[in-house]
Amino acid sequence: MARPIDIVRAKFADEVLGVNEAREEGPIVVKKDRIREILAFCRDSADLSMDFLMDIAGVDYLGRDPRFEVVYNLYSLKFKHRILIRVPVPEGDLSLPTVSDLWKSADWGERECWDQYGVVFTGHPFLRRILNHEDFVGHPLRKDYPVQGRQILRETVDYEISREGLAQSDGIGNFVEVNLGPAHTATHGTLRSKVLLDGEIIVKLVPEIGYLHRGFEIMSEQVPYQHVIPYTDRLNYCSCAMNNTCYAMAVEKLLGIEATPRAQRIRVLIDEISRIIDHLVALGVNAMDMGAFTNFWYAFWPRELAYDIFTKLCGARLTTAYTRIGGLSNDIYEGFEADVAGFIKGVWAAMNDIMALLKKNRIFNDRVRDVGAIGKDLAISYGFTGPNLRAAGVEYDVRKARPYNGYDQFDFDIPLGEKGDTWDRFFVRVEEIKQSIHIIEQAIKDIPGGPVIVDDIAVRLPDKQAVYGSIEGLMAHFKHIMHGMRPPAGEVYGWTEAANGELGFYIVSDGGPKPYRVKVRPPCFYYYAAFPYLAEGSFIADAVVTLGSLNVIAGELDR
Amino acid sequence: MTKLSQAKADVKEFVGKGPSHWQPFVTTKLRYLADWGRKYSLWPYPFGTACCGIEYMSVLMSRYDISRYGAELVRFSPRQADLLVVAGTISYKMAPVLKQIHGQLCDPKWVISVGACASSGGFYNNYCTVQGIDEIIPVDVYVAGCPPHPENILRSVIRLQEKIQAGADFPRGMKVEL
Repeated sequence: MARPIDIVRAKFADEVLGVNEAREEGPIVVKKDRIREILAFCRDSADLSMDFLMDIAGVDYLGRDPRFEVVYNLYSLKFKHRILIRVPVPEGDLSLPTVSDLWKSADWGERECWDQYGVVFTGHPFLRRILNHEDFVGHPLRKDYPVQGRQILRETVDYEISREGLAQSDGIGNFVEVNLGPAHTATHGTLRSKVLLDGEIIVKLVPEIGYLHRGFEIMSEQVPYQHVIPYTDRLNYCSCAMNNTCYAMAVEKLLGIEATPRAQRIRVLIDEISRIIDHLVALGVNAMDMGAFTNFWYAFWPRELAYDIFTKLCGARLTTAYTRIGGLSNDIYEGFEADVAGFIKGVWAAMNDIMALLKKNRIFNDRVRDVGAIGKDLAISYGFTGPNLRAAGVEYDVRKARPYNGYDQFDFDIPLGEKGDTWDRFFVRVEEIKQSIHIIEQAIKDIPGGPVIVDDIAVRLPDKQAVYGSIEGLMAHFKHIMHGMRPPAGEVYGWTEAANGELGFYIVSDGGPKPYRVKVRPPCFYYYAAFPYLAEGSFIADAVVTLGSLNVIAGELDR
Repeated sequence: MTKLSQAKADVKEFVGKGPSHWQPFVTTKLRYLADWGRKYSLWPYPFGTACCGIEYMSVLMSRYDISRYGAELVRFSPRQADLLVVAGTISYKMAPVLKQIHGQLCDPKWVISVGACASSGGFYNNYCTVQGIDEIIPVDVYVAGCPPHPENILRSVIRLQEKIQAGADFPRGMKVEL
């Protein structure tokens, strides 16, 4: 079958400026004039049928003409193929036509691109700041903006909700505006939504994010490739190890290497443990939002067992930074298998307790069934991935669609929901925990032998024995510390199935020791964009439950 | 003679010397008594924004169990709390919110800054991160770590209790560091 880049090149031969043939997904570079036409073709053509707009990334090539570049990342559910479309945008004419009417996920993607780079998307309905505050001047990810160019916000900017076309239901009183968050019991830290209430029904909801925007992307441009790993820990801090794996795999793809078989297997184990503890917290918090506090205690206990495993592996409880580019920092310890078995036992105990309390509980059933439902097509259009997409009945799991780390050797199922409501989202996570346990039980049986990191002096630090014992080792160490690892110039998108959905890193390298640009594709970002749709028309208490079931993690949402 | 029985004998001897209408009582200052009560009934407001918030959850959970120190009753309304636990990175967008919440807490109030980000900005030295919450609100105890170990957070509560009990006797300018 023809690759998507070939189909686009054949159709728009005059528009194409260049193609990266080395990788299946491209990127393909096209002129900006007919970009909307090209994207619409990708979506509607029967040979491509790109129904997902996964991400929109901006890049600033300061000193080059055209200076900016916008990268569209499309994925087809039907053909399981992907295309990256790079569009150069000159500084003199910083505008692109919006595609937010083609894909709903483009709405927030374009807003972020405008906020960080100043690329104007003409025709966008609500092109406003999203990560930075409203008083911010300039575009912080531009290369000529100072990294420490702090801009103080004195007062929270309050914005009006437009009431056009809204009618009062019974005329008892006026609409009431309520702020949900950012410091609110049920919004989990930093999420803010301004809601317009008619009685207790939400008429309109405007989400606002960026309260935990702490500059992951700018920081990863400041440090060498290996040093980005601790920053990735703090994206989805409920399952840190999975972010490490995804980033390391993206850089490995850029370098054209692969981790050793033993490292891959241990990564699978660590990832699945992380997935379990992430889902457990999601379930516990979601139940706690409904007042079922006990479940939170039950769900949290196995996390402590997992923390014990991580502590023994790498010394840290939560933020592991265990993965290295090319493998892992160190091998597993003696007794790892027994600890994992104990952890699985703990998870089963917790799950049985939670299910006994909730599954037939009348209050729980009433609160979650048919609440916050989203259909298949809309979920795809909003860019849902992971458990929330599968709850809507769409079978997309990166572990099956494009197996990595040897996931194709394991036998596991993809749990699917039917309606995409809170009940489905809750129980898809429950089933995924069971599947993850199944994977761990298979993976731990025969961990391949050998080293845990590739034997490539250009990628890894040499052993301490070699550093102190031989001149070559010392030289290699010196070169690594002083000059860093230098991947070839180019760009790459690496993606994995993280606990919340498809996590991806778009990395641009200029051949230097530091990444030129790292763009994360955070799964939560696109969940929260759909929150107005899910919440409008429901009770305010139901909106809280819906939000909990989406499992939006602020560290990943705001970066 | 053991220490305990020695102490009992001492008390007996002391009581024997007292007046015939002697009643057991303790003399103290009212402020000390109030501080003693306050330190064992801290009502935290968890301003958990990021990773440290997850570790703060661990502190509340059964293994580390902050209720042993009388500070487990988290309140999500600043009007009902007297201890602000800032656990996580504070961005410039969040700063006015934090300041407002601190203003809404009831007096006397204390602040624990959990983790590197809240204490100093951590390794996020860039355009959007506040370089330590002490730029905007006063802090009583700083906790090191990224994120801190739960035992470290517990220790910060104990140090805060010492500070509360010492009251005005707490040396001015003395930093409580962990």
